Amino acid sequence: MSGSSMWDAIGGIVRRDLLLAMRRRSDAAMSVFFLVIVASLFPLGVGPEPAVLRIIGPGVLWVAALLACLLSLSRVFTADYLDGVLEQMVLIPQPLAVLVVGKVLAHWVISGLPVVLLSPLLGLQFGLDGEPLGVLVLSLLLGTPTLSMIGAIGAALVLGVRGSGLLVALLVLPLYVPVLIFGAGAVTSSMAGIGGEANLSLLGACLVLSLFLAPWATAAAIRIALE
Amino acid sequence: MNVEPGTLLAVVGENGSGKTSLLRIFSSLLPPEGGSVLWDGQDIHQLKELYSGQLTYLGHLNGIKDDLTPLENLISAMSLAGEPCSSNGAKEALEAIGLKRPIHQLPSKVLSQGQKRRVALARLWLSSRPLWLLDEPFTSLDAASTNVVTKRLLAHLQRGGLAVLVTHQEIALPTEMVHRLRLTG
Amino acid sequence: MVNWSKYSSPQAFYPLAGRLIPWFAVVAVVLMGVGLYMGFFVAPTDFQQGEAYRIIFVHVPAAWMSMFLYVVMAVWAGIGMGLNARLSFMMAQAIAPTGAMFTFLALLTGAMWGKPTWGAWWVWDARLTSELILLFQYAGVMLLRTSIDDMRRADRSSAVFALVGVVNVPIIYFSVQWWNTLHQGASVSMSTGSKMAATMLTAMLLMTVAFWLYSIAVILARVRCIMVERESLPVWNEKPAVIQEAVEAR
Repeated sequence: MSGSSMWDAIGGIVRRDLLLAMRRRSDAAMSVFFLVIVASLFPLGVGPEPAVLRIIGPGVLWVAALLACLLSLSRVFTADYLDGVLEQMVLIPQPLAVLVVGKVLAHWVISGLPVVLLSPLLGLQFGLDGEPLGVLVLSLLLGTPTLSMIGAIGAALVLGVRGSGLLVALLVLPLYVPVLIFGAGAVTSSMAGIGGEANLSLLGACLVLSLFLAPWATAAAIRIALE
Repeated sequence: MNVEPGTLLAVVGENGSGKTSLLRIFSSLLPPEGGSVLWDGQDIHQLKELYSGQLTYLGHLNGIKDDLTPLENLISAMSLAGEPCSSNGAKEALEAIGLKRPIHQLPSKVLSQGQKRRVALARLWLSSRPLWLLDEPFTSLDAASTNVVTKRLLAHLQRGGLAVLVTHQEIALPTEMVHRLRLTG
Repeated sequence: MVNWSKYSSPQAFYPLAGRLIPWFAVVAVVLMGVGLYMGFFVAPTDFQQGEAYRIIFVHVPAAWMSMFLYVVMAVWAGIGMGLNARLSFMMAQAIAPTGAMFTFLALLTGAMWGKPTWGAWWVWDARLTSELILLFQYAGVMLLRTSIDDMRRADRSSAVFALVGVVNVPIIYFSVQWWNTLHQGASVSMSTGSKMAATMLTAMLLMTVAFWLYSIAVILARVRCIMVERESLPVWNEKPAVIQEAVEAR
């Protein structure tokens, strides 16, 4: 296996998934709308007090991003599993973990990146500005790929299992806890004037760790699901 | 049991006798409960990607995307399989199996079952892999298409390729090329 | 040398486990009785926390067990994946409910300790929060297993999740502690550290050993049930010997 053919394989999968997403734009738009709606519900529930909204803002936006990612997880493998494409993908002459990286990358571009791009607007809704707003975007940029990586494990584990939508939430949400803590923590500490660097570097560490481990776990789960 | 180059193994048997499972074991999707599958004398689960690079597998699912056109499906399937093909090559393959040019640009979801099967089978015209594993390739094909696929199989075997077919139909190939394996439930 | 591989097949393991269970169970009950007596009556009253602190004789061993059992479960799951051994998957399956029970016990006793000490049933203390998430992970392992009908897939899928979880537990613990220092939350720590009196330490250790033995007894019993269920092992396997004894007694 040469390195370039590995990148070709990843590129091929990402291109194909993006093309598919272009054909079904409403799918990708849905998780973004979900994020906006959830984020807008909190001020309605908690009250419009700016001081309160500033305090809960980072946590609310991070939880909303986490749920948006969770809802889109079923798209990573399920369609390919049902129409037999996943079977073909397992049999390509590349390690399965490489394929998983491609699928997760595509998932992040379709449902993670829009969240990152939209976050400054939502941050303004919660009275964040200046440095904390920048830290919010940066934390989501570092954190959402990790969410996609970890989520892929869950998505692969529940392939073809009854009640998979709820089950994947129960499996994946506990695994999301560290990312949530570091992500929301980065914004909070930046607001407190301590600076978000420490939390951001921990988020980076989570991303690296998930990049190393999650593809293998996901690959194992896919093989088990296809047996 | 041995399958030699230039021969075809036809797996026959009643429903539920494990024909598809056997094919999936040959493809390395399913690990065998006992025994092992060897390719060139080496266990396929040790060869991993090297073995995947030797085969073309078509299961009972077509593995094509409803939202993509037949042409896009074929091109992306081939590039995924590590055998990238040109747009012209893909068009010729689709025509060879009887899918006319106007159909190439339609979304696959409007195609009939037989047409979808043919999109999946068009890969055989572009594949240079020595081993073909096909699960009921003739399902929902008309007589003319069945004939075309059989001819393609013959050409593959004559070039020294080998194939394993799960089927309940007679295959119109020279008898010395075909070995039959009957599974009983 | 004992030939361990002899017991690795379910058929040989089943009767062996049957013989061991009563011993573990009896010793567990005795040690638990002694440990509880020492903890609740012999150990001195804590000058800061009064009598309420005594719940730690249950809480701390339960919390230890909950984490320890998760690791043991993951190790069995890993062995099962590596060697494709049925017995290992059965062990992993049998451990999960006991581990979850100890996690729940740790949370419950933690809340009982928290009320008089912190004035609240629940405090987002690093250890309690980690325990809560550990409980979610135990639930995940068990729910994933029961959602999958195919036994082989159920074994292997829940094994993958257990192994992913074992990487996650220390990260969660660290992250929650980090989060706690950021929020200046609970500053009272559960461990009483080096000030612990000798009797307190003894009681704690007795309870830990008792929980260990209890876990072994329950897990072995559960593995036997799982074997009967899965392998259709005849339950009367041991009967001939029993009947033999009965005949001889006459």
